[in-house]
Amino acid sequence: MTLALWFAMLIAAADLGRLPVDTIVVGPGGAVSAVTVALERAKPGDVVVVTAGTYREPTLVLRTPNVTLLGRGWPVLDGEGKRAVLVVEANDVTVRGFTVTGTGVSNLEDRAGIRARNASRCRIEGNRVYDNLWGIYLERSADCVVRDNDVRASGENQSSSGNGIHLYQSPRAVIEDNRIAGQRDGIYFEFSESGLTRRNVSEKNQRYGLHFMYSDSCLYENNTFSANAAGVAVMYSRGVTIATNRFEDAWGGGAYGLLLKEILGGEIRGNIFERNSTGIFLEGATRLQIRDNDFIQNGWAARVFADATDNHFAGNHFRANAFDVTTNSRSANSTFDGNWWDGYRGYDLNRDGVGDVPFHPVRLFALIVEQHPASLLLLRSPTVAVLDAAERVMPMLTPEALVDKRPLIKPLRKSVGNAGVARGAPR
Amino acid sequence: MNVIRLIVSAGLRDLSRSRWLIGYALGFFVLAEGLFWFGGSGPQVVLSLLNIVLMVVPLVALVFGAIHVYASREFVELLLSQPVPRKPLFTGLWLGLALPLAGAFAIGAGLPFVFNGGGGAGFSALATLAAAGVVLSFIFSGIATWIAWTTDDRLRGVGLALGVWLAATVLYDGAILAATAAFGDYPLERPLLAAMILNPVDLARLVVLSQLDASALMGYTGALFNKALGTAGGAAMAGAALLAWCGVPYLMSARRFARRDF
Repeated sequence: MTLALWFAMLIAAADLGRLPVDTIVVGPGGAVSAVTVALERAKPGDVVVVTAGTYREPTLVLRTPNVTLLGRGWPVLDGEGKRAVLVVEANDVTVRGFTVTGTGVSNLEDRAGIRARNASRCRIEGNRVYDNLWGIYLERSADCVVRDNDVRASGENQSSSGNGIHLYQSPRAVIEDNRIAGQRDGIYFEFSESGLTRRNVSEKNQRYGLHFMYSDSCLYENNTFSANAAGVAVMYSRGVTIATNRFEDAWGGGAYGLLLKEILGGEIRGNIFERNSTGIFLEGATRLQIRDNDFIQNGWAARVFADATDNHFAGNHFRANAFDVTTNSRSANSTFDGNWWDGYRGYDLNRDGVGDVPFHPVRLFALIVEQHPASLLLLRSPTVAVLDAAERVMPMLTPEALVDKRPLIKPLRKSVGNAGVARGAPR
Repeated sequence: MNVIRLIVSAGLRDLSRSRWLIGYALGFFVLAEGLFWFGGSGPQVVLSLLNIVLMVVPLVALVFGAIHVYASREFVELLLSQPVPRKPLFTGLWLGLALPLAGAFAIGAGLPFVFNGGGGAGFSALATLAAAGVVLSFIFSGIATWIAWTTDDRLRGVGLALGVWLAATVLYDGAILAATAAFGDYPLERPLLAAMILNPVDLARLVVLSQLDASALMGYTGALFNKALGTAGGAAMAGAALLAWCGVPYLMSARRFARRDF
């Protein structure tokens, strides 16, 4: 007890020994009425409090480390459609409680609402980042935290909008509890390894809800990616973990719940893929463990191309998908073991919960559609039902490519997806 | 008008006592109820029912319809010896057949959804399926009527009905599948969509699928397909085409009936 007290006093003394920490208050009509002035005056450790009001100033640049920018009553930093709004170029800076808006569209520069450039350990928390070309842009800024921001835009097309939260060479970032909508890509990791992305909601973006490239060893969990024009695409990375996310409503020929291209090693666990044209798409992905996911009401639950090797599907649920699995070749380089398929019609004589007859998830019709896409028009036709029945009687018709030798008789868990709700036309 | 009403009500009274029709309704009831029992949720039940509806409704409408028309032939000849205009008489006969068929289907397949509170679970899909089944009943009972008034030999007539059924449900799509595979290198969107319109079974299937499996249909990268199937306008067009189909066999067999020499 006394020891703890001593420590506390010691820390207090150390604090007093430092430069006096100032609080600079910025407000319309106050002593300091421009944020620019406050940022110039701020010393390391200072707190700049910006009170309610709209601030239309040249691009704000903070070059002093260890400064905290606090918005009181949602002050608006407005770029008036002409310029980037806030740029942080120092370490240990916190930005909290601002409304940042109006970068306008530019084809020459990547204007961002909030940009951290060479600013390690920055914290960007609880801001409203509305109608900017790029929302929050971390550029060569390690160990940053981006939390609880609301990032929104209403760009008309991909070329006139930027990404919601963009990371470029910014390792070990924590991106959590943000809401992103209407940007080009919701969250984009580029050359940014070892990041943690969780509990974000990224929806209705014009391209991908989440996009990452060359970003190894990242963890993505408990995010929701919904109704993004092209779903989610992750490419050219190794050692990624994607767990307990929701991938929903990615509709269209080029839209994927989760597209994995050239991913080497990793885990896709406990996710829900619901109502996507393609739930999960593996192209050149290698050594992935795909476990305990629920695939519900997708057009294609899983498309596994032949160049995807040594991937292992286990404990997944396949429910009410138009096609469970398709592949583009007759050779198989990925394995299925112990999944539950709603199309399984086998029996279990020894009652160990595992079906005694192997299940072939690639139906003949699926293969025909893969080769002749136009025949998709015959989906759920009685003719196709006859084809399926024929496959049961004559198993040699079924493509041998992929097989689940131990299909489960009963689902492992209650499906959490709301399969009970059918939806009409896409939004 | 009066004649139509009289004949329809006679047909209704006659058919509502038919064990066949009661069995038909009961069959759908047990089936849909059973699907619910075995743990299906709304959309899955609708999907399972879809295939059965597409197969069974045309089959029953064709075979039962043809047999019914053959059986009522003497009754019709008796009526025709009275001063009764032929057109309204025919309309009454057709409706007297189609309405009980459609009603039996709707009641049998619909009640389980009411019992199981299917209101929320894919209700639009279910309503579409029910509507599709009803329309198919009308179309194929019309075709059955046409067959029965064209072919005098009962055996040949029923055989023809079965042939039409097989062609419409299985062979037609099989031919399309073969054609798609054979001409895969050519742009097939337009001919395929046209082919879908020419077969009411395909039309009904696509109309229901646009409510259920649209995510899969949208997976095809054809702009025309997406427009025709993925949009509300496209689904409405397909529905309109299906309704128009009701008129085709009716007009054909009404003409046949009016000119027929009894």
